[in-house]
Amino acid sequence: MQYSLLAFDWFFLIEKLVLIIGIVSVSLVIAMYETYAERKVAAFIQDRIGPNRAGPFGILQPLADGMKLFMKEEIIPNTSNRMLFILGPCLAMLTAMMTSAVIPWGGTIDFFGRQVPLQITDINIGILYIFGVVSMGVYGIMIGGWASNNKFSLLAALRGASQVISYELPMGLALIALLMVTGSLKMSTIVGGQLDSIYNVVYQPLGFFLFLVCAFAECNRTPFDLPEAENELNFGYHQEYSSMKLGFYLFAEYINMFISSVLMSTLFFGGYDIPFVSDHNLVESIGQNWTALLQGLTLFAKTAGFIFLFMWVRWTIPRFRYDQLMNLCWKRMIPLALANMLITAAVVLWLKK
Amino acid sequence: MSATVFLFYFLSVLALGSAIMVVVSRNPVHSVLWLIATFFAISGHYILMNAQFIGIVNLIVYAGAIMVLFLFVIMLMNMNADSEPKKNKWLKLAGVVSGGCLLLVMVAALKSAEVKGQLVQMKDGDIGLIANLGKALFTDFVVPFEIASVLFLSAMVGTVVIGKKGD
Repeated sequence: MQYSLLAFDWFFLIEKLVLIIGIVSVSLVIAMYETYAERKVAAFIQDRIGPNRAGPFGILQPLADGMKLFMKEEIIPNTSNRMLFILGPCLAMLTAMMTSAVIPWGGTIDFFGRQVPLQITDINIGILYIFGVVSMGVYGIMIGGWASNNKFSLLAALRGASQVISYELPMGLALIALLMVTGSLKMSTIVGGQLDSIYNVVYQPLGFFLFLVCAFAECNRTPFDLPEAENELNFGYHQEYSSMKLGFYLFAEYINMFISSVLMSTLFFGGYDIPFVSDHNLVESIGQNWTALLQGLTLFAKTAGFIFLFMWVRWTIPRFRYDQLMNLCWKRMIPLALANMLITAAVVLWLKK
Repeated sequence: MSATVFLFYFLSVLALGSAIMVVVSRNPVHSVLWLIATFFAISGHYILMNAQFIGIVNLIVYAGAIMVLFLFVIMLMNMNADSEPKKNKWLKLAGVVSGGCLLLVMVAALKSAEVKGQLVQMKDGDIGLIANLGKALFTDFVVPFEIASVLFLSAMVGTVVIGKKGD
């Protein structure tokens, strides 16, 4: 028993490690190209051309941006709390990456006789885990804003934190209604129930809409980007940050956007299910691995649609005032979400009888 | 030493160490952050016992909501290590005596409790899974559960009443 600490299932460990590295790097690359897509979409909506110098169609622009952020001078304000000042962007990045652990990215693949599910971990409490990580996301903003030792940053951080914890409530209530329909908190079961059948958005249209609005608010995207309202608060909670620490904050926002788009596709739009095609028949005709690949691509296509929606809204709708934001959350969305929950519960009970 | 035992000792050291840091650190914001670390370690213990639901709810409710409010208050009051008032000597003594009393009671209670027979089920107990927990809460313990909800409701109503008083 002395050496049983090393008695892991090593293949299991390696498999999970490869999956984690793969998913993290994919999220990073997608977040990078989201910045490019955002500029191109903005340019398209405003009838401009957008970035077109670096590489063909400006496709190397994100690399140039990243280089610029890395090379800039790193300034840590003298009066700030040094350790917490560095911890802030780290936490923002960490919580943005952690959510991807429970998302099923595709079916199982057959790797030399070993069945590998394309999901890092399939825990019993998948949705609650996501909820827990999202509620941790507040700390990156709050710690960063406070450690900057700047009144504007502190105010922006408080705004951001109260916005995020307020919008968590309707988000949770919308998810409870979804859970009543699916009957499970496991992500794989939720997707499995939608495979080759009707998507959850048909059963929960209002729940989906509430979740969508809350996702906008949780990502601090326009029309809810009050933490960085530049006309009131200079630059928001990351005002004192420079170089890559600022880059991490901005990057975390894009990763959050990516992850919430994946979540919306997974929870409400069938996840990796290929629409209009029977996935079971596909496995028999083209094999397991190709099906898993196609499923993964389908999930990314659905996600790209939602990311486009995020950008479309950003360049179309102006920002709310702060009291409007809070009124919308507490006086409109929470009652709506409660009503949605009660009606769903009644219908589910009635159908089960 | 198996992985579970190793994790248990790691989490215990983390929990105790950060709990000590909560008391020791002079900056109240640091104290709150160490308290959050303590909650994480305790949630790790719950998950080690396969009580996933309690583990994650502990994080959502305590680390994710209540500690954020603590941070709000501390940040807005701008409490710093140097603005801390000098405490009375007698007050310190009273604190030591009352803390010692609590320790005495806890030691006495644990000494008489029969711990040896009931070791924690590590890794494979399934009573903490969400389905079993829900069944237990809504059948065997439904009355205490409902009474606790009424208590929370009254606390919420009370807060709203106090908040409305100024108008």
